[in-house]
Amino acid sequence: MPDATFLDATELVINMGPQHPSTHGVLRVILKLDGEKVIGTECVIGYLHRGVEKIGENRTYQQFAPYVDRMDYIAAVSNALGYCLAVEKLLNIEAPPRAQAVRVILSELNRIASHLFWLGTHALDIGAITPVFYCLREREEILKIFENYCGARLTTHAFRVGGLQYETYDGFEEETRKFCDWLIPKVDEYETLLTNNRIWLSRLKGVGVLTADECKEYGVTGPVLRAAGVKWDLRKAQPYSGYEQYDFDIPTAENGDTYDRYTVRMEEMRQSTRILRQAVERIPSGPIMGKVPKVVKPAVGEVYVSIEAPKGELGYFIVSDNSTQPYRMRVRPPSFVNLQALDRMVRGGLVADVVAIIGTLDIVLGEVDR
Amino acid sequence: MIRKFFKSVFLIDLFQGLWVTFRNQDPKRIYTEQYPADRPKVSERYRGAPRLNINPDNGETLCISCNLCALACPETLIVVTSERSEVTRRKELTTFIYDTSRCMFCGLCEDACPVDALELTQDFELASYTREGAIWDRQMLEEGPKPTQYRC
Repeated sequence: MPDATFLDATELVINMGPQHPSTHGVLRVILKLDGEKVIGTECVIGYLHRGVEKIGENRTYQQFAPYVDRMDYIAAVSNALGYCLAVEKLLNIEAPPRAQAVRVILSELNRIASHLFWLGTHALDIGAITPVFYCLREREEILKIFENYCGARLTTHAFRVGGLQYETYDGFEEETRKFCDWLIPKVDEYETLLTNNRIWLSRLKGVGVLTADECKEYGVTGPVLRAAGVKWDLRKAQPYSGYEQYDFDIPTAENGDTYDRYTVRMEEMRQSTRILRQAVERIPSGPIMGKVPKVVKPAVGEVYVSIEAPKGELGYFIVSDNSTQPYRMRVRPPSFVNLQALDRMVRGGLVADVVAIIGTLDIVLGEVDR
Repeated sequence: MIRKFFKSVFLIDLFQGLWVTFRNQDPKRIYTEQYPADRPKVSERYRGAPRLNINPDNGETLCISCNLCALACPETLIVVTSERSEVTRRKELTTFIYDTSRCMFCGLCEDACPVDALELTQDFELASYTREGAIWDRQMLEEGPKPTQYRC
């Protein structure tokens, strides 16, 4: 925190949040301003702290699965995927191929949903009101697929340790295929609305630059890292759940500014539909649940499994002491780590850019505070 | 260069965006649901209000008081009590309490039930005027919620 007691006459310390709508939840940013220029920030987090890690240590392995959905509630399926993979690695089992394919489909749908929601709210922060309605309309179709598949729209609890609980419903493949065909023209529509729009360009170009080296120093992952030109995606780097079978590209950009992060995410949506098309074509038949004991009691040991969530690297570190509950549960959330770069990105910018930069980091406070 | 100049003078980028907005004004593209008037049709697998199923033939509960749902529940919000019947020597359900105010509708109780007695149904209107009203007893679980119907 910049020391508030030694302010120049032109300097001012103000609070942004925790009830500010553009902080995407309950983030409080203390800004030290010189006129309209930001000379220092401090993030105050924890307003949405629910002690998820501690809850994990007091629940059995299966019982904790619904709680992970509530961390990053925009991308609940990805959270569940990471958790299930971690426990499966701890138990030394693998989900059957059919379950893996369905998991890939659902988590890619969830990636699109997360990016759509990000695009809508980010544009809303910048001042473009229209895209949010269109984005939520498209997201609704994804939520309908989720509801038909597992009975819940947001906090899905779609995956279980060892596989899936629910068999796909009739028309699951057809609906997913139809959604892919439907989405691509819509993404083009958003691009018409935003990509060349002069207000959008002048608000985003050159704002919040984070170079590749700085990204690595801060441990920033996900689209923010890829926008800085680093071709790093865990789906390619250490494939999980059968991602190595699918053919897709990792979109990158060069400048690492807010506009590049926008283009990277737009391209990621297109790449996700590519994965979806391939995955839907070849869902293998077979069982959906692996051989999991009724009482999950992993041997003594520890495991760290990370996946590429829509926002970056999501990792679970679980220590087992051969009981039904984990001894230690640690979550490495992408939003929390990405948020650390905020100070570096906004320093020297304007107050209006702070809103754009918080939006572009794509944080979810449920995940930051856990 | 000239093209770029032309584009920026005649605001081509903005008009392209406005054309997209204009096309979406089409009344055929209305997605809003008029909620109390048309009630949403939720999916078959929807996880909503819990229900304790009864045997339709004789009205007896299907629950065998095995307590597995209470053990599976992450929030431990289900309380099942039973007593051994003197006649049949079987466990008979006495009370079944389900606290919907703490429920997160994860469906683990439903998966745990060996006789499909406990089920999460498609009813989604669970509002209650009091906190006590959200704690459902056996009768409420068997009958299901009765949301207010509005004439529209």
